[in-house]
Amino acid sequence: MGETLRGLGVGSGVAVGPIAKRGAPPELPAAHPVDDVETEARRARDALVAVSADLAARAVRCTDPTTKAVLDALSMIAADPDLDEEVRSLIEARTDAPHALHAAFEGYRELLAQAGDYLAERAGDLADIRDRVIAIVLGVPVPGIPDPGEPFVLVADELSPVDTAAIDTSTVLALVTERGGATSHTAIVARSLGLPCVVACPGIMALRDGTVVAVDAAAGTVEVGVQGARLVELRAEGADREARLAAVGGPGRTADGRAVALLHNIGAAADLDDVVDASFEGVGLFRTELLFLDRTERPSVAEQRDAYARVLRAAAGRKVVVRTLDAGADKPLPFLARRAEPNPALGVRGLRLARELPDLLDDQLRALADAASDVPGAEVWVMAPMVSTPGEAAAFVTRARNVGLPKAGVMVEVPAAALRARELLVECDFLSVGTNDLAQYTFAADRLESSLQDLLDPWQPALLGLVASCAEAGRLLDRPVGICGEAAADPQLAVVFAGMGITSLSMAARAIPAVRLALAGRTTAECDEAAKLALGSVDAASAHAVVAGRHRGVGS
Amino acid sequence: MVQRTVTVGSASGLHARPAAIFVKAAAAQPVRVRAIVDGKKPANAASMLAVLALGATQGTTVTLEADDDAAGAGRQAVDELAQLLARDLDAEPGDG
Repeated sequence: MGETLRGLGVGSGVAVGPIAKRGAPPELPAAHPVDDVETEARRARDALVAVSADLAARAVRCTDPTTKAVLDALSMIAADPDLDEEVRSLIEARTDAPHALHAAFEGYRELLAQAGDYLAERAGDLADIRDRVIAIVLGVPVPGIPDPGEPFVLVADELSPVDTAAIDTSTVLALVTERGGATSHTAIVARSLGLPCVVACPGIMALRDGTVVAVDAAAGTVEVGVQGARLVELRAEGADREARLAAVGGPGRTADGRAVALLHNIGAAADLDDVVDASFEGVGLFRTELLFLDRTERPSVAEQRDAYARVLRAAAGRKVVVRTLDAGADKPLPFLARRAEPNPALGVRGLRLARELPDLLDDQLRALADAASDVPGAEVWVMAPMVSTPGEAAAFVTRARNVGLPKAGVMVEVPAAALRARELLVECDFLSVGTNDLAQYTFAADRLESSLQDLLDPWQPALLGLVASCAEAGRLLDRPVGICGEAAADPQLAVVFAGMGITSLSMAARAIPAVRLALAGRTTAECDEAAKLALGSVDAASAHAVVAGRHRGVGS
Repeated sequence: MVQRTVTVGSASGLHARPAAIFVKAAAAQPVRVRAIVDGKKPANAASMLAVLALGATQGTTVTLEADDDAAGAGRQAVDELAQLLARDLDAEPGDG
C-alpha cells in the first residue's frame, strides 16, 4: 500500500489508472555555430509557422469563448513579426535555430514579466509556445497531452488552455495538478468536462509515468501505487459507479423523491444534438449572445425568430429558459458602439442596456414570442440578466407579457436582488441564480482576477447564504428558483442546493450524470442537513470539508 | 509623420482579446504603425508581443504614430487604430 497525496478536490468521482505526465519541455542540445544561415533561418521560421497554424486550428475547434480567445492570441504570438526578426538576426550572428528561438522567447518572457502582474500568465504561455517551436526544430515530440495508448490520469504542474482544449475525455480519466486552486483554469475545465480532479497536490509531479493511482475528487486525495487486491477493489467500485451513473436516468431527484430538475446550459440549437433523450428535462440557460457577436448590425426580428425556433424544436417540447441579451459595458458588441465606461462590471450591462435601447429588448422578446408560435408544444420561459430591484423585474415581466410570453423571470446576480428575493419573486414567475456574477459582486472580486480566486469559491458561506434566501423566497411563494452558474455542476454543492429547496440546476451536458447520481444517493433529510452544515460554516474550506466528510461514500 | 494620442478603453487593458483585435487591425494596415507608451520601448503595433509588453491598462495613454504619405494612408491607419484603442473591446463570456 503506497502513500496518499492530498490536495484540493474538484467535483466528485473516483478514477483509477496509470498516470501520464504532460510532456516535458525539449532539452536544448549543445550550441553550435551555424554555417548555412538561410537553411537555419528557414527551419526556425517553418517551426514558428507550424505552431501558429496549429494553435489557430485549435482556436477554431474550441467551443469555449475564453479559451478560444487565448488560443487565438497565442497563435498570433507564434506568428509575431518582431519575434521572427529577432530570431533571424540571432541566426545571422551564427546562433543555431534552437538557441536563437530560446533566446528570443526568453527576452520577451522577461519583458512581459516586467510589464505587469496581469501578464505573468501570458509569460507562462510563452514558455509553452517556445517549447513547442523548439521541439519541432529538433524533431522531437511536441510537449502536450501525452498519448500512452491507454486511458490515463493526466498529471501536470499546471495545465495551460492549450492543453485543456486538447483533452479527450474518452482517454483522460482524471486531472491532477501540483499547483493551482479551486477556481484555477484546470478546476473550471474539470467541472465542465465532469472529470474527477485534484489540484494543489504537492508531490504528484515526483511520481513516475505509469504509476497507478486512485484519484478521489470528493476527498481530495491521490492514492499512490495502487495494486493487487486494492486495485481490484477500486476497479470494482469504479465499475459499480459507472453502472450506477448509467442506471440513474430520469428526472433529477433525491433518494426519497424531492425533484430537482437537471437542465442544460446551451448557446445554440447544435448544443442539443445527442442530448435530448428520455432523461432530458430541458434547457435552464439559453445564452442568446451568439447571434449578436461579431455583428456590425443587430440581427433582425426574423433572423432571431428562426434561431430561437431551431432551439425550441431541438428541445422537443421541454422547457427552454431563454436569457435575453447579456451584453453591454462588460461585453461590448460592435453594433452597440457604446461609450467606454470606467467600471464595466458595474455599468450598463444586461437588462440595464434596455434603459438606453429599449427596442433591442422588445425586438428580442417579439422574436421569441414569434418563435414560440412557430413551434407547437414549445415551452418558453424568458429571463432577464442583471436585475437589481423589484421594479426592474416588474417592468421586464410587463414587456414579456405584452408580446404574449407566458413565463417571465429574472436572474439573481446582484446582492441587492438576493437580499430582496421575495419582493423580486412577487413580481415574476421564477428566479435563476447566476452564481458566478453573484460571487463577483458579493465579494467585490473580479471574476478574471486570478489572485482573488479564493473569494470566488462557490462554497463561500456568504454566497451560499444569498442562494438560500432566494430558495426560501421560492418556497414561500411556491415558485421555481434555479441555479445556472458554475456551482450548479458540482455534485456536492448540488446536494446542498437541494437541501435549500432549489428546484433546478442548469449546467453543461457532461456534468449532469454525476449530479443526478449524487442527488439520487441522498434523502431529503440528508440534503437539508448538508445545507445546514454548509451555511453554518465559517469559511469555504470548512463548508466543503464538512459536507464532503459527512456525505462521502454514497454515490460520490 | 502623423500622431494621435488616446487612452485605452478596454476594461482588461491592452491584453488578451483587445490586444488581438488591435494587433490584427494594425497588421492589416498598409503602413507600419508604432504604439508609444511613456517610459516603454516604442512598439510595432502589428507585434502582439511588443504590444503586450507595453503593459497598457484601461486609461493608459497611448500615442500612435505612422509616416504619412500623399494618399493619407498613415493618417487613416492612425485614426482607425486610435478609435479601436479608445473602445472597450473586452467581451469576456460567462453566465450569470
